[in-house]
Amino acid sequence: MKGVRHYPGFYAITLGCLFVLYAPLVVVTIYSFNASTSITTWGGVSLRWYGEVFTGPESARFGAAAWNSITIALIASVTSTAIATAAAVAMLRGGAFKGKSATFALINLPLMVPEIVIAVATLIFFSVIGLTPGYLTILIAHITFCIPFAYLPIAARLQGIEAMYEQAARDLYATRAQAFALILLPLLAPGVISGALLAFIISLDDFIITNFVKGAGMETLPTAIFGSVKQGIKPNIMAISTLMLAVSVVFVTLSYLINKRGNMPPNP
Amino acid sequence: MAGLLSKHAAKSGDPTGYRNIIAPLLAPTWGMIGIFLLLPVILMAVYSVLTKEFRGGVEWQFSLAAYDQFFVTRGLFGDEPAQIEWTYIAIFWRSIWQAGLATALCLMIGFPTAWFIATRPASSRGIWLFAITIPYWVNLLIRTVSLKFLIRDNGPLNEGLLAMGVINTPLPLVNTDLAVMLGLFYSYLPFMVLPIYAAVERYNFALSEAASDLYAPRWAVLRDIVLPLVRPGLIAGCILVFVPSLGAFLAPDLLGGAKNFMIGSLIEEQFKGSMGNWPFGAAVAMILMTLVLIVLMFYARAANKGGAR
Repeated sequence: MKGVRHYPGFYAITLGCLFVLYAPLVVVTIYSFNASTSITTWGGVSLRWYGEVFTGPESARFGAAAWNSITIALIASVTSTAIATAAAVAMLRGGAFKGKSATFALINLPLMVPEIVIAVATLIFFSVIGLTPGYLTILIAHITFCIPFAYLPIAARLQGIEAMYEQAARDLYATRAQAFALILLPLLAPGVISGALLAFIISLDDFIITNFVKGAGMETLPTAIFGSVKQGIKPNIMAISTLMLAVSVVFVTLSYLINKRGNMPPNP
Repeated sequence: MAGLLSKHAAKSGDPTGYRNIIAPLLAPTWGMIGIFLLLPVILMAVYSVLTKEFRGGVEWQFSLAAYDQFFVTRGLFGDEPAQIEWTYIAIFWRSIWQAGLATALCLMIGFPTAWFIATRPASSRGIWLFAITIPYWVNLLIRTVSLKFLIRDNGPLNEGLLAMGVINTPLPLVNTDLAVMLGLFYSYLPFMVLPIYAAVERYNFALSEAASDLYAPRWAVLRDIVLPLVRPGLIAGCILVFVPSLGAFLAPDLLGGAKNFMIGSLIEEQFKGSMGNWPFGAAVAMILMTLVLIVLMFYARAANKGGAR
């Protein structure tokens, strides 16, 4: 049995692959605890750069940027998830309708167009309609490109839920809204939560589009870090990076656990 | 069973009642993506054929100057006969080449990894996949900065190699084409592993066993049976790595330095401050988008061919 599945060297390549993926992250995490002011020499373990992040000279700038990033990611993920849920219900429960494949293409458009092109197009659009670049323009752009990322897990989940549960509810005189809120939504919840988490991370992660539409003086965490890194990698950047890394790992673990639970079939 | 229950279905063919509210359900999606993405892309196409105004911005007058600047040169003072301008084509060529190399490297590492994971017992596959996906969830900027920190001249990689006596002088990795390629590889590697994994997981290993029983050597089985059958996964992985690599900005900008220009930096530069040229930037973005569409059409054709078998 094992014979045809086994190829010599594939195990080693897999370990190499994981090593390549993790080595830079591990190294930066270790160096974020470096006591030395130089990023090259090791001066013992210390939390001083974490203190620097919250109280140092750059803390106000990074604090404001973090606040912008988190509020934008929250609003964008909740909004895009609501929009994507409505779209998924229409696409998967609405039967055949005119313009369905065009709508499908439209939902996937943000995934097909290269990010830098979206960035350019959005900047031009806001400049034409005369909307000053700032918080609002970032938010609009983020909601737009988060829609397909929220849509994919929701649609995948909805595909596996048979219509008979809602049908039974409708037959027992539930209104459409009741059948949605009390029957479909609880069954769909794992997909909705994964969609929202994915949209949140995608929004938090974005650099290119934000960089084009943010305007002067407005920063999110990635643009603030980019600006700082342009002058060289400083130890406080490594502390911020490690904190963001920790947030990402918490999120992906949450999403993994929710999906694992959600993959069990709903009790009929 | 469902037939017995569904009196709504029997009457209207719409058991869940969503059919007459399709338009309101889809309106937010149409509105957001239509107004804030489709319309902007159309506007960008229009901008690429407008006249440049000299402090960023445009004048609303038709002009092919942007495309002319991209493809044609008339010498330093514009009075020589028109010739092909190679500067920007070279930048595109470099980007295609770098993205292609990164894709090839991802494929060489990604296929064995995906195969290995897909042949683990079902109980442990989840953990392996989880390990591959975590880096995808980590901020791309932070990953790129981390890679730069690791491979810079006096970074841990060079210090380690020096200490072990493998090298005598630090390897100058940062600000080279190699660093950009490694950065692209590192950025998009998970995109290669996941679709190939999905394809290998569906592969029927009895086919390998049959071939092996008929004395086919191990590597011949891989080449002649496995690879053709998992081809849709391989192609999907290559697209998912190649397309974002082509327009990447962070890896070339942070790891490549000023000399190793790629499409992303060329476009970005056109929209920065008063040195910019919006119609030219829009034209370069249009050319990039056309290139990506060609790749995607090739993908759609290849995927259809795979499905027909």
